[in-house]
Amino acid sequence: MNETKKQQMQHPSKNEQPIMSMKGVAKQFSGVKVLQNVDIELFKGEVHALMGENGAGKSTLMKIMAGVYQPDGGSIIYKGEDVRWNHPMDARSKGISVIHQEISLSPNLSIGENILMGTSLKKNRMGLIKWNDIYEKAEKILTSIGSSLDPRADVSSLSVAQQQMVEIARALSLNSEILIMDEPTASLTDKEIEKLFTIIDELKRKGVAIVYISHRMDEIFKISNRFTVLRDGRMVTSGPISETNPTHLVKLMVGRELNELFVRKRSENDTEKKNQQPVLELKGVSDKKIVKNVSLKIYPGEIVGLAGLVGAGRTELVRTIFGLSELSEGEIIIEGNLVQIKNPIDAIKLGIAHVPESRKEQGLLPNLSVKENIMMAQYFQYRKFRILQYKKINREADRYIQELGVRTSSKEQNVMGLSGGNQQKVVIAKWLSIGPKVLLLDEPTRGVDIGAKTEIHKIINQLAEKGLAVLMISSELPEILGVSDRIIVMHEGRLRAELTHAEATQEKIMYYATGEVK
Amino acid sequence: MMNINVQSTNPTVVTFKDRSKQVFNQLGMLIILALLIAVMSVIAPNFTDSSNILNVLKQSSITAILAAGMTVVILTGGIDLSVGSTLALSGVISVLLSNAGAPVGLAMLAGAGVGYVAGAINGYLTAVPKLPAFIVTLGSMTYLRGLAYVITGGYPVVLASEKFKFIGAGEIFGIPTPIYIMAIVYFIMFVILKYTMFGRHVYAIGGNEEAAHLTGIKVNRTLINVYSISGLLAGISGVVMAGRLFSGQPMVGIAFELDAIAAVVLGGTSFVGGRGRIQGTIIGVLIVAVLTNGMTLLNVDYYWQQVVKGIVIVIAVLLDRLRSKN
Repeated sequence: MNETKKQQMQHPSKNEQPIMSMKGVAKQFSGVKVLQNVDIELFKGEVHALMGENGAGKSTLMKIMAGVYQPDGGSIIYKGEDVRWNHPMDARSKGISVIHQEISLSPNLSIGENILMGTSLKKNRMGLIKWNDIYEKAEKILTSIGSSLDPRADVSSLSVAQQQMVEIARALSLNSEILIMDEPTASLTDKEIEKLFTIIDELKRKGVAIVYISHRMDEIFKISNRFTVLRDGRMVTSGPISETNPTHLVKLMVGRELNELFVRKRSENDTEKKNQQPVLELKGVSDKKIVKNVSLKIYPGEIVGLAGLVGAGRTELVRTIFGLSELSEGEIIIEGNLVQIKNPIDAIKLGIAHVPESRKEQGLLPNLSVKENIMMAQYFQYRKFRILQYKKINREADRYIQELGVRTSSKEQNVMGLSGGNQQKVVIAKWLSIGPKVLLLDEPTRGVDIGAKTEIHKIINQLAEKGLAVLMISSELPEILGVSDRIIVMHEGRLRAELTHAEATQEKIMYYATGEVK
Repeated sequence: MMNINVQSTNPTVVTFKDRSKQVFNQLGMLIILALLIAVMSVIAPNFTDSSNILNVLKQSSITAILAAGMTVVILTGGIDLSVGSTLALSGVISVLLSNAGAPVGLAMLAGAGVGYVAGAINGYLTAVPKLPAFIVTLGSMTYLRGLAYVITGGYPVVLASEKFKFIGAGEIFGIPTPIYIMAIVYFIMFVILKYTMFGRHVYAIGGNEEAAHLTGIKVNRTLINVYSISGLLAGISGVVMAGRLFSGQPMVGIAFELDAIAAVVLGGTSFVGGRGRIQGTIIGVLIVAVLTNGMTLLNVDYYWQQVVKGIVIVIAVLLDRLRSKN
């Protein structure tokens, strides 16, 4: 700990005032502390790598810098002044720009318009826009970053990499002094990345401070000067990049205790399982987008964790199994039978249940009661002459509410009034009502407080004990380690590693997930 | 098991204000209808005469039947602009068939069937190629009306059969037939929406189509059925209308879809879908009908009636927005 303290004290080579320093920044969302007491300093002309697992608080910190969120505590000192952004425009007008992971351009407008969108456009005496002026200016900015794009062309005709160039040009049009880049290389080819790095070098020379968020270790060590590691919303350490190495960084990112979380008891031995028929088997499954040649088997009563970084293709794999994305190659086998799954209805008939990634957009039926949310998927079982038998439905709904411990004032309560954890229990209950064989969980505890998290883990565990085959995506390593019997790690659409519970560690998973070869 | 309440308002301390709010949320427009009736009973001459009341009900029956179908469509987050034109085409076809010698029952069924098919086409185009319902039904509003003109050459077709007239102009125990039809339609729609799987799927789709799809609901099939129901009810209205007018008229029912939409909205059904009740719609229909009837009895100028009706609709939607906020 002494060593890390020392590292924090060290300034970069140039002995000058930081352009921005954040002190003790805190932020919470509906009672969940996302950031606590974070300090970070940025200097002119440096690339500062912001590191951390998914959910460590990088995005939140970035959004506070850019004025999207207001901190609940702490201070931001920018160019020697105590500032408080009320709006992203405040920050932007003072020279802080963000290049988001998802490109945020208007596809049907020209490149020039997109670049100059945030600035006040030149107008003629009639109050009309001077187009030539815009294109000239845009061209100047594009040339300055070595791009030969035509500012008159529509953005929709550009490749992802070219769009990224436009994003960078836009940031420069605002004379940015701090540029925040969130996973800028996620969708770029190696060649394009090289080009981006040349631009970054150029920006550094011009004195721009760059906050660089990436999961790719090789990039981090190639271009950054300093780093800051966040973990669970707290700052772990900060220092010059030369004083660390990939192994050390990974340790800093994951170093967490497991004690607070549920840990599954694993009594059965594996050899016994291997003699059984797998409930779900994938052979060389690919989809049309990202998933490539994934094979796996899940046995009855087994919980398989699916780890990987955001964008590794985990959600897409699960969606393919559930019939939501098209299977382009490979086979899905349920209890020894080759099956064709064209849509969710096919999947449900085969006993596959899917708890989707986004509860609000995909899981819940808003405006309807807890009861209807639980029972909707199996109303067909409770009909007499096509009329719904509410007596039976009510009884069943009560049973599920009790079994899963859903905290609700009554089964008639609107589901939107429940807490996140209880909403998630309702979504799980919906699937239990169909009596599934396979349960696909996509980030089952995202945005759920620690108490409800443990309860959901217990529920998953109980379901496995009843013989369900569970495939659980989670970006939280302690959750994956605590709940799964076996862990599969994906990277860029491929299955990178399969680890038994005994051999899996957070470090190992992170290595495979970041694509490092150990 | 412990019951922890997660609502923002804790029901163990229900204040009078909370309770009156709750009552208003549930009864809402019914209170407004009751007030309107009370006011009209006092100020409008002959308003409470039984003949006037039956007249109000009879005149609103066509709009009411259209609005029942419209409710289901709007519950899914859609819209059906074609019902007025469907009504015209169905009426024209059933009268032509009847005049050509088809049995009355068959001619009427054919009229209703035309509406069903027109609705099914709307539904297919909305559900499968996912065209916007507004555009699809704007198109069918135009081509169905066009077909009605083409078939008749633009002139009304006089109805020959006396039996046919019964459905629109007849009476049973002194009560006009259309009122019975309206009552039956509302009863059936109530049962369908509340007590069938299809009905609950309508709400699920209107609330969140993506989640409904992921729940295993056959979204496309449900949507096709929804528009088919709206078309069928428009077809039935067309037959009733023809019976009432003693003719099939290609120009009848212009802008009826707007009356139906207004009634649905007045009845508290949310335009984004997923929230609303068929009981609300009939109240919405009656509010407009009582208002119009009362103003006519009070000799309010017809043009001013339009102004008042429009303002009432806007205020009602405003109230609804305020209500859904809390």
